[in-house]
Amino acid sequence: MTPASAEPRSELATLLFGRLSLDSIPYQEPIIVVTFLVAALAGISVLTWITRARAWGWLWRDWFCSIDHKKIGVMYMVLGFVMLLRGFADAIMMRAQQAMAFGDSAGYLPPHHYDQIFTAHGVIMIFFVAMPFVTGLMNYIVPLQIGARDVAFPFLNNFSFWMTTAGAALVMASLFIGEFATTGWLAFPPLSGADYSPGVGVDYYIWALQIAGVGTLLSGVNLIVTIVKMRAPGMSLMKMPVFTWTALCTNVLIVAAFPVLTAVLLLLGLDRTVGTNFFTNDFGGNPMMYVNMIWIWGHPEVYILILPLFGVFSEVVSTFAGKRLFGYTSMVYATVVITILSYLVWLHHFFTMGSGASVNSFFGITTMIISIPTGAKLFNWLFTMYRGRIRFELPMLWMMGFMFTFVVGGMTGVLLAVPPADFVLHNSLFLIAHFHNVIIGGVVFGVFAAISYWYPKVFGYKLDVFWGKASFWCWQIGFLFAFMPLYVLGLMGVTRRVSHFEDTSLQPFFIVAAFGAVLIGCGILASLIQFYVSYQRREQLRDVSGDPWDGRTLEWATASPPPDYNFAFTPRVHDIDAWWDMKRGGYVRPTSGFIAIHMPRGTSAGIILAGISAVLGFALIWHIWWLAVSGFAGLVGFAIFHTFNLNRDFHIPADEVTRVEDARTRALAATGA
Amino acid sequence: MSAHTSTMAVEGADRWLVREELHAQPGTMLGFWLYLMSDCLIFACLFAMYGVVGGNYAAGPSPKDLFELPLVAVNTAMLLFSSITYGFAMIEMQRRRVNATIGWLAVTGLFGLVFLGIELYEFHHLIHEGAGPQRSAFLSAFFTLVGTHGLHVSFGIVWLVTLIVQLKRWGLTDSTRRRLACLSMFWHFLDLIWIGVFTYVYLMGVLR
Amino acid sequence: MRLASTASLILMASLLSGCNLVTLNASGDVARQQGDLIVVSTVLMLLIVVPVMILTGWFAWHYRASNKRATYAPDWHHSTQLELVIWSAPLLIIIALGAVTWISTHTLDPFRKLDRLDAARSVPADVKPLKVQVVALDWKWLFIYPDYGIATVNEMAAPVDVPIEFQLTASTVMNTFYVPTLAGMIYTMPAMETRLHAVINKAGDYEGLSAHYSGAGFSDMRFRFKGMDGAAFDQWVAQVREAPAELNRDEYLKLERPSAKEAARHYGRVVEGLYDAALNLCVDTTKMCMRDMMAIDARGGLGLANVYNVARLSHDAERRRGQDVARPDSYVTSLCTVPPDAYMSPVDPPSYGRVRLAP
Repeated sequence: MTPASAEPRSELATLLFGRLSLDSIPYQEPIIVVTFLVAALAGISVLTWITRARAWGWLWRDWFCSIDHKKIGVMYMVLGFVMLLRGFADAIMMRAQQAMAFGDSAGYLPPHHYDQIFTAHGVIMIFFVAMPFVTGLMNYIVPLQIGARDVAFPFLNNFSFWMTTAGAALVMASLFIGEFATTGWLAFPPLSGADYSPGVGVDYYIWALQIAGVGTLLSGVNLIVTIVKMRAPGMSLMKMPVFTWTALCTNVLIVAAFPVLTAVLLLLGLDRTVGTNFFTNDFGGNPMMYVNMIWIWGHPEVYILILPLFGVFSEVVSTFAGKRLFGYTSMVYATVVITILSYLVWLHHFFTMGSGASVNSFFGITTMIISIPTGAKLFNWLFTMYRGRIRFELPMLWMMGFMFTFVVGGMTGVLLAVPPADFVLHNSLFLIAHFHNVIIGGVVFGVFAAISYWYPKVFGYKLDVFWGKASFWCWQIGFLFAFMPLYVLGLMGVTRRVSHFEDTSLQPFFIVAAFGAVLIGCGILASLIQFYVSYQRREQLRDVSGDPWDGRTLEWATASPPPDYNFAFTPRVHDIDAWWDMKRGGYVRPTSGFIAIHMPRGTSAGIILAGISAVLGFALIWHIWWLAVSGFAGLVGFAIFHTFNLNRDFHIPADEVTRVEDARTRALAATGA
Repeated sequence: MSAHTSTMAVEGADRWLVREELHAQPGTMLGFWLYLMSDCLIFACLFAMYGVVGGNYAAGPSPKDLFELPLVAVNTAMLLFSSITYGFAMIEMQRRRVNATIGWLAVTGLFGLVFLGIELYEFHHLIHEGAGPQRSAFLSAFFTLVGTHGLHVSFGIVWLVTLIVQLKRWGLTDSTRRRLACLSMFWHFLDLIWIGVFTYVYLMGVLR
Repeated sequence: MRLASTASLILMASLLSGCNLVTLNASGDVARQQGDLIVVSTVLMLLIVVPVMILTGWFAWHYRASNKRATYAPDWHHSTQLELVIWSAPLLIIIALGAVTWISTHTLDPFRKLDRLDAARSVPADVKPLKVQVVALDWKWLFIYPDYGIATVNEMAAPVDVPIEFQLTASTVMNTFYVPTLAGMIYTMPAMETRLHAVINKAGDYEGLSAHYSGAGFSDMRFRFKGMDGAAFDQWVAQVREAPAELNRDEYLKLERPSAKEAARHYGRVVEGLYDAALNLCVDTTKMCMRDMMAIDARGGLGLANVYNVARLSHDAERRRGQDVARPDSYVTSLCTVPPDAYMSPVDPPSYGRVRLAP
């Protein structure tokens, strides 16, 4: 908001509240007020429900303060789903606006609101939907796949999750207090500088991402150390499950890319808050440096999102084809090559900035080279299906959707890597269609494949097939309807981020696209129903064996849901697909001789630190300096205080382990397994 | 690598399971080193930024007009000395002598404080002359690069004080030793960054 | 799956029949070559994409669990020959595409002077290219024709089959200059200049726009691009020259303030060096030109003596967005006096009506 020169504020008010005032609350915008009411109602009913179920203590102790990687993994997925609803709401609003705003009709969203929506959509979908999904999956699955009891730094893991959540909370707060950035999801200066975006929107953007970025970076460090140091005996690097491999590469990318984002947002923040001149027009600033740096983070980010899902597809296809993954070694090398190459391609995001032809062709060709290992991966999946016995369960269905969708996205991606072609298609709706094609076709389908694949592991019962299929077909067909018209529009020279068109002949395309978005909405709804229905039918869908799909990797060797300690005894690994090997090699589940297990202890430090960070971020956004200083001091003070807490671990006594394992022995006997 | 147990030799029921409690290798050093590398990348970005806009004085003062090498040389010496004294602290830690360790840590902290003091004096002086971070892109990059380093040193000192307190309270336990080793890496890392700052920003700025 | 792809094919076909794929069917030679490149690259990639899709469908069907007659080889997981094929097939495609990329990126480099008018004709030696200076303002386009001493807003004309040389910059934030039918996009950036070389081969009234989001008025930051035959262009120039409005520094400073949906505007006269001043962010004569600043910086700055040579741009707050800015923009003040505005007096402006183009 830029309230038209209200009377000057008193110095006291500025001291106490910084830029924050009653005018900052957009109560004059009916859409936001209604959204707020709905959100508030939903929030209050959830809170009441928790209170009436007397679940607060349980939530706090067993979930919020838990350092169990499995619970944190589940919380990441929940966060991803909640934010998906918000990100999708933005998407459907944009689609509606673009389907309406032609000729004399200005649509229902003024530019200021529309611009916030497309910015928020991008930021939320990447940082607070895709990232939590990916991190959540890695968190849950990786320790199980490598036969570990938890991650290397369980407390940090909890802290990382809450920092991500704190970032998400700030983005959500921007909806009702102030505004979000109106700059596009990468906030290029000079537009995002204090001169041309004087409001708090970009500050929300900066601090939400900085706080969430701390979480992401630490979780990257955490998982690398987990994978490097905590693998079960015998699991050499080349015997790791492919998902773990992709997780390793992803986390290497995170650790090597996110600091660049931190640095560049720090510089932009200084420009805005302190008045430095890194990216301003006068005083020798260089905005192109920002564009370079943010894409040096941004391109690896794309692979951070997709690589783990490549891992998921590898697991899914070999499980449901009942066959060892074809070309494990080349799969691993392909992953590593993609990891390295992802740093050499960033300039393809701005060929049109006018670098020389040689620079452009260099980056164009390195981009194309990435398609070689990616192509090899596709072929590997293909030949895994070859001579298999393919069961088309839900995860495999998503896998098939991915195979068909992703090749098209990959192809248009390579097309965009040809600089002269990019000159025409850059910033066009063709580009939008392309990256939604790879992100929906790759990341989203992958996440749904992963959810339906590992859901029985996490909760002990399978997901309902009918609603799963409904969700899949809605997504698949909805995707085609939503984005095929955008490919066409892109070829017609229609560009992105436009809130109003003169040319009414374009309208049918946008109406079709909006219809597609509605279908995708049905897909999301169907998967929510799926969770509900599956919970209701959980006794019919129950899987006691812990291995419902005849799996191949170690996570299927333990109970579903796994006990706190994951494995009563750490498994020994002799081959790729360790669990498959165990099943064939006459492994017998031990029923006695259990020992005490050393485990980390839960703590509230993570959620408190992240809470203080959120307050600190809010104070910095609104220039409430006293709060910022005390928040910072509180953060440092509490962190120091936490280092004095040495009560961080305990032993699960052997009796307890025996009790849990005996219960499982009886359950298995009851089902005759 | 994961814990090494000769796997193929184990047969029978134990072929598949480790029957005793398996102690994972400590990962703190690796984790902390990874964090330092990520921090190093932040500095790399700041150096790159300085490299790109370091010559954009906006018709204002340049390094030659602003930097006083003797002062910076003293400053550098302070930080280098502090690294050496931290080394002594680590040697004492290996010898399991708590008080000597604490003593050297205190000396390290003092050198660090002097370093910070000189840096703050320099900043104050520059801003007082009108050459603040807002004056030109060069000065923005200078203040940010040197200031970020200074902020790291400040954190290092806070951490150091915390560790001294913990050493007094708990002595040389596994966890305090681990923390001392982490801070040691951190402190030497900052030294290394400063060598880069000193060479790239100050020496090359004034002598070029 | 198949249902979905069939549905999408039908959908695509029905939609495509009624629309103008301007990027694939451009009226300017540069855009046409770029469109051809899209087609060539797509065909090259389809060579591998189509077989993959067919194989995926076939394998999925043939090796379904219920088909017990299909071979089942649960332990088959490696084949050196096959691995060679799956790595080298994409490699070969990429080598071909890489070669195409290298060559086309160089020939279609926007900074490179044109050497052909279209596939059949090279640029005649005697034709003088049309020079156009473009400034992306908030949120409209300013076109200065230095050879004619005229300027227009949100309307641009160019003679058919004459090479156009664009110099482009922006006043505040980044935009991209994009006339889909003419040539690909190019960024316009404040205090920086990009270039674009293009030619329009067919007369017509086309759309031009900013393709890089630049703020609230962005959606309507569009202009008409008119391709005209030589005589019509000469006439258009004469008509613009008749326009009473004059573009001087003051007028420019008013023009550059944020505004959206501006109607086309003509300026019959333009002051000397206006584009240069816009590029160097010193149309306001109290501001130091970027060119001068860079020259001073290259010589080591002006020392502490000039440290306070900074002024507040308070009178110009309108130029920026939002009126509640606590911190007024500041800038480095000019050291030299700027001569008073003098309008351009074009000497021997090219007249394209008389130019005879080689067949």
